[in-house]
Amino acid sequence: MLAWTIYISFLGAAVVLLLPKGHARAPRHVALLVAVLGFVAAVSGTLETKPGNLLTIARIPWIPSLGIEFHLAADGISLTLVLLTAIAAIAGILFSWDVAHRAKEFFALFLLLIGSVYGVFLSFDLFLLLVFYELAIIPKYFLIAVWGSTRKEYGAMKLALYSFGGSAMVLIGVIAAYAVAGARSMNILELARFPFPQSFQMWAFPVVFVGFGILAGLWPFHTWAPTGHVAAPTAGSMLLAGVVMKLGAYGCLRVAITLFPSGLDPWDFTVLGLDSWRDALSILAVIGIVYGALVALVQQDFKFVIGYSSVSHMGFVLLGLLTLNTVGLSGAVLQMFSHGIIAGLLFAVVGRMVYDRTHTRDLPSLQVMSLNKAIPFAAVTFTIANMAAMGLPGFSGFVAELQVLIGSWRAFPSLAVLTGFGIVVSVAYSLRVLQSAFFGERANSATNEVLEEQRHSELEQITIPERIGAMLLIGTSLIIGLWPRLLLDLIGPTFDLPHFDWLRRGGVL
Amino acid sequence: MNGIPLLTLVTFVPLLGGFVVLGLGKEWNRLARWVAMGFSLGVLLLALILWHQFNPGSGNLQFEEGPYPWIPMLGVDYRVGVDGLGLLMVMLSAIAVPMAMLASWRIMERASLYFGLVLFLQGGLFGTFTALNFFHWFIYWELSLIPAFFLIKLWGGPRCAKAATQFLVYTMAGSVALLLAFLAIFLATGKFDFIELADMGRNGALTSALSDKLGWTWLNTLSPTLIIFTAAFVGFAVKVPLIPFHTWLPPAYAEAPTGTTMLLTGVMSKMGVYGFLRILLPIFPEQMRWVVTPLLWLAVITIVFSASAAFVQRDLKQMLAYSSINHLGYCLLGIFAVARFTGVDTAAAAAKTSALNGVLLQMFNHGLTAATLFWFIGMLEQRSGGLRGVDDFGGLRRIAPVFCGLMGIASFASLGLPGLNNFIGEFLIFKGAFPLVTWATSLSAVGLLLTAIFLLTLLERVFYGPLNARWSTMPDLTLRERIALVPAIALMFVLGIYPQLILGVINCTAVQMVKDQTF
Repeated sequence: MLAWTIYISFLGAAVVLLLPKGHARAPRHVALLVAVLGFVAAVSGTLETKPGNLLTIARIPWIPSLGIEFHLAADGISLTLVLLTAIAAIAGILFSWDVAHRAKEFFALFLLLIGSVYGVFLSFDLFLLLVFYELAIIPKYFLIAVWGSTRKEYGAMKLALYSFGGSAMVLIGVIAAYAVAGARSMNILELARFPFPQSFQMWAFPVVFVGFGILAGLWPFHTWAPTGHVAAPTAGSMLLAGVVMKLGAYGCLRVAITLFPSGLDPWDFTVLGLDSWRDALSILAVIGIVYGALVALVQQDFKFVIGYSSVSHMGFVLLGLLTLNTVGLSGAVLQMFSHGIIAGLLFAVVGRMVYDRTHTRDLPSLQVMSLNKAIPFAAVTFTIANMAAMGLPGFSGFVAELQVLIGSWRAFPSLAVLTGFGIVVSVAYSLRVLQSAFFGERANSATNEVLEEQRHSELEQITIPERIGAMLLIGTSLIIGLWPRLLLDLIGPTFDLPHFDWLRRGGVL
Repeated sequence: MNGIPLLTLVTFVPLLGGFVVLGLGKEWNRLARWVAMGFSLGVLLLALILWHQFNPGSGNLQFEEGPYPWIPMLGVDYRVGVDGLGLLMVMLSAIAVPMAMLASWRIMERASLYFGLVLFLQGGLFGTFTALNFFHWFIYWELSLIPAFFLIKLWGGPRCAKAATQFLVYTMAGSVALLLAFLAIFLATGKFDFIELADMGRNGALTSALSDKLGWTWLNTLSPTLIIFTAAFVGFAVKVPLIPFHTWLPPAYAEAPTGTTMLLTGVMSKMGVYGFLRILLPIFPEQMRWVVTPLLWLAVITIVFSASAAFVQRDLKQMLAYSSINHLGYCLLGIFAVARFTGVDTAAAAAKTSALNGVLLQMFNHGLTAATLFWFIGMLEQRSGGLRGVDDFGGLRRIAPVFCGLMGIASFASLGLPGLNNFIGEFLIFKGAFPLVTWATSLSAVGLLLTAIFLLTLLERVFYGPLNARWSTMPDLTLRERIALVPAIALMFVLGIYPQLILGVINCTAVQMVKDQTF
């Protein structure tokens, strides 16, 4: 059932491409149908999996001589991310409802991207995973280059090059691992069991982790992210920040940490007070959290604020992964889900609700528009989205950040305090951007109220698809925030599975 | 009434009401106020039922619901309950909100949003005062900040944006410190439940757990418990506020619209003191005792400095804002005096019970009095078209005698005149604290003197002296305003003459708190 998420998305992409030109509105309806079907498949797949089990969906030999199989499987973590993709896909399509320029190609590429992402999350064969991973980069490039805005060709190219660079690093590590393990199998589970030599893991781990980390926004390799997000069209940035960055984090967990857990062990020497890759990378993660937040505080472009806040939030994910305890890991996965939803919401407001109407993202210009009076629904949505993004209790982000903080208290106490500082800065930049973009005061005096009314009525009201999309995303964040068991019951038992044995090794639980 | 989850109901009814009022939208502006008022009066009724059903003879938690598992992975349960302290705070919120709504009756711009936010704030307050599990409590603690932020920002004075932002960021920063502290505690003990943590704090299990699980090398010389305590302390100190964490308060109080300031001073400031009593004192009795002398100094400085600062303000609202800080300083004096002695000495126990009774009374009385005083200032502001400087008026007694009379009563109540409500609370605090921390109590008496001076000066400047010609046509209190004020003023007299009304209910709780603190 779960594999249908992949098949249906690719099929859908093909169908959309083959639609006759006459029906201008057909592509988005087909795309929405496909996304909803994908969501149904994801939910039913989740319901039929018993938590704590690895559900094998398909396992067909592909290239037997090289030990490569078409192996799809899902554990609780995969399911969480598949659900995220499903929800983000529906929301993305709803917020792209009015795309008119080459709509067919747009939605086809969108569905292609979604399908590849589903593929990454469900693959348990390394080769298959990397195929889907690389496959996802192509639609991303075109979505940004053709339908984007500010510096779209540059942004698209930067994204593609950074992604390919990261993939190259991953490929090196993976092929080396494959070779060392006897060139018999690319199955993640078998490779996880294989005892790679310590010296091998010591270099393979950072190479693969950083390779995936580039896509996850690991500082200082994050610079593609703000540029790419700003350049992308709304649905593009929603997916980019919401789902694609999670591909990187997922890869860090599923490939780097699962295959090479000893790469995180302490070295024999100490450099600058750091004595393992774990220390070094966790510092980078926290720098990402704080740096991202501080830079977001001073941006003049609305979308750049959100772009940098994405880098900051992904820092939480990476920190959580590196805590190497169940709470931190659970928090990291939950944060992947939560930030995916929230980032989608934030970019939807910036791109679709504000930019498409005002054609400016410059905060000083927006400040004199009093958008809270012109498009109140957008103001309310953005307020709620900000509250969720700053980790306000009651929304999903709080539970996730809570768990990451608990995990990092255990693992890196001093970093936990820095992270707390990052949270305070995130409150500051969220308030700043809320104030500037929506609640600015008009520069003219009250006598210009007539002009104000005119200007307000000129801004198109928020359409129905936008409202549905916003409520879908807000609802998800609220439900998970108030009843996190829905996902935690999926994620928690996953850590008892055999391929998480490295958690128990050395008692780091 | 046994089966009905009263506490959950009392928390969710305002939240539901908030949604209903918000849903009324622009077209039903006038209706919104009435609907909101209806909800808040309904909640008041529920609170009165709670009060009536409360067993004053027991100092334990009553109306308990739960623990129901909520997030088992994080040890989070849904557990609510109130003792005398919680009940008193619930009652205060239930009374203050209708008062604040009455004071905001004339707000026309986006009224449904305003009243909806007030109801959300009320729900958040109830949640904070009834929750017994940190996760649940923290949700409401943070959540109550958001309506307050918007209330200040959207309907406030000229500099409200800055004041609102400062308020939110400052308080959030404190909350983050609090969060980190409790996450560390959870890490060491696996618990978020206040009652269980208090048990552990009492028998020393908490300290050993923290030292065991959090024995980080760079903390070897200091006690981890002390560090955690300091972080939690900061979170509450910002909220009360304690000097030097108070700088967010005067701008926020001054710029907020009248109704919001009434809620800020009447109830939200008590959240911090509640936190000290419900969380900090029970869970960290040893640590509080260790640092009690610097804490007492902070309390004394808070009391004296804020009263002096009130005296030199030119803006009436800022004056009362500083006075608020001053009155809460007395509460903290009482709490820190109690924290000083954790032995089983019976003489000290009597003094401690006195002090705690005084603190609880003061929390309620100050809430009532301060809210009423700000209401009066609001009425003055309305009549003067926005002016509220202390020198802007003069001789109003002649043209608005009822106004002068009633505001005089509220002012005298605030400065602690015997026969009015604040006196008993302050008296009990001083009576209890004097044998425990004589030096601090004596120094704090200066605060009483300064408060009397500045309040009398305020009355003199505004109401006495030559009539300021500008206001010669200022109307006195209308009939509606007088009727609206009657419950508050009456309560001041009633509680001043018959404090047993409250003391009877809270005394056992105070005794229990003292017992809990002796080990």
